[in-house]
Amino acid sequence: MKYRAKIEVSLKPGHSDPEGETASRLLKELGYTVEAVGVSKVYTIFLEAQTPVDAKAKAEDMCKRLLANPTKDNYTIAIEEQK
Amino acid sequence: MRREEIKVCVMRVGGTNCDAETQRAFQDLGVQAEVLHVNELVKQGNLLDYNVLVFPGGFSFGDYVRSGVIFARSLSVKLGKEIETFVDEGRPILGICNGFQILVEYGLLPGFEGVTAYPEATLTTNVPQGFKCQWIHLKNENKGKCPFTSKIPKGKVLRMPIAHGEGRFLFPVEKEQQMLQKLIDNDMMVFSYCDENGNVADGKYPTNPNGSFHDIAGICNREGTIFGLMPHPERAMYWWQQPDWTRQKQMAQYGDGKLVFESLIDHLTKKF
Repeated sequence: MKYRAKIEVSLKPGHSDPEGETASRLLKELGYTVEAVGVSKVYTIFLEAQTPVDAKAKAEDMCKRLLANPTKDNYTIAIEEQK
Repeated sequence: MRREEIKVCVMRVGGTNCDAETQRAFQDLGVQAEVLHVNELVKQGNLLDYNVLVFPGGFSFGDYVRSGVIFARSLSVKLGKEIETFVDEGRPILGICNGFQILVEYGLLPGFEGVTAYPEATLTTNVPQGFKCQWIHLKNENKGKCPFTSKIPKGKVLRMPIAHGEGRFLFPVEKEQQMLQKLIDNDMMVFSYCDENGNVADGKYPTNPNGSFHDIAGICNREGTIFGLMPHPERAMYWWQQPDWTRQKQMAQYGDGKLVFESLIDHLTKKF
């Protein structure tokens, strides 16, 4: 089966996010009422797997080995079946 | 081992820089040094012909995903066995700037219990944000474990340049005090950011230029054989690389960076 894994890697709470802070400051200068800005990365991965559980396990392994650093990153995985 | 028998491999991929400066620094001190692309080493299968492995600075693989991670993971697939032997035999590995990021992402540093499958620390976005290219002061914190500082007295203040956007060294927040203690207890602290008189930066910018935890600028592994640092010793090798050379009447021939290379060579000539 073909699946699409949408992986979002974001900073763990409490980690300073200079890019988000800079964007937040500028949005305020542009006149928006902004409390905070968080920056995250989204990877969309197309893969083959037996089941959705298998697809998620593979995506999780990808996060651990490459896409996220456990010291600073959290990640979420959403699996969708592809027609 | 005689000085002229020592063979240094400076490993290169797309995006590395300062490989030529690193090679020249070693060659000037009388050892053999070659710059080799990782694919050449895979093809020849000759990494273990070298006594020292150096990961130079730069932006390997365009810093995609996270600085150093692509090179680190690709290396573990292509040359993992050879790297393992290199580490087990206590052959020195040096990572400068992006090289330090590679060592951390590979799991070679901090290496409290040896090489880890996943990174135990990170070198992340500077605070305050931005690419910092400036001269800074460093203090040697090592009590003698790290061969890369064997000829530098403890507490000596050195001057070197930095050039990075992601140099903020962090441990996982929940374990940071415990890991820092381990780092100190095992004599794995090597360089910390300080002012010109050797006073600790205590996290204050610009003495600590990137917000690094505990002012960490360089650390070594438990055995002392793997050393990573954010500053560039190869860019502080000669008098003419110093920022104030036009204003000084007389300068020493070499800069402080030489001490790092000289220490390593001295160690190799005695140990092997």
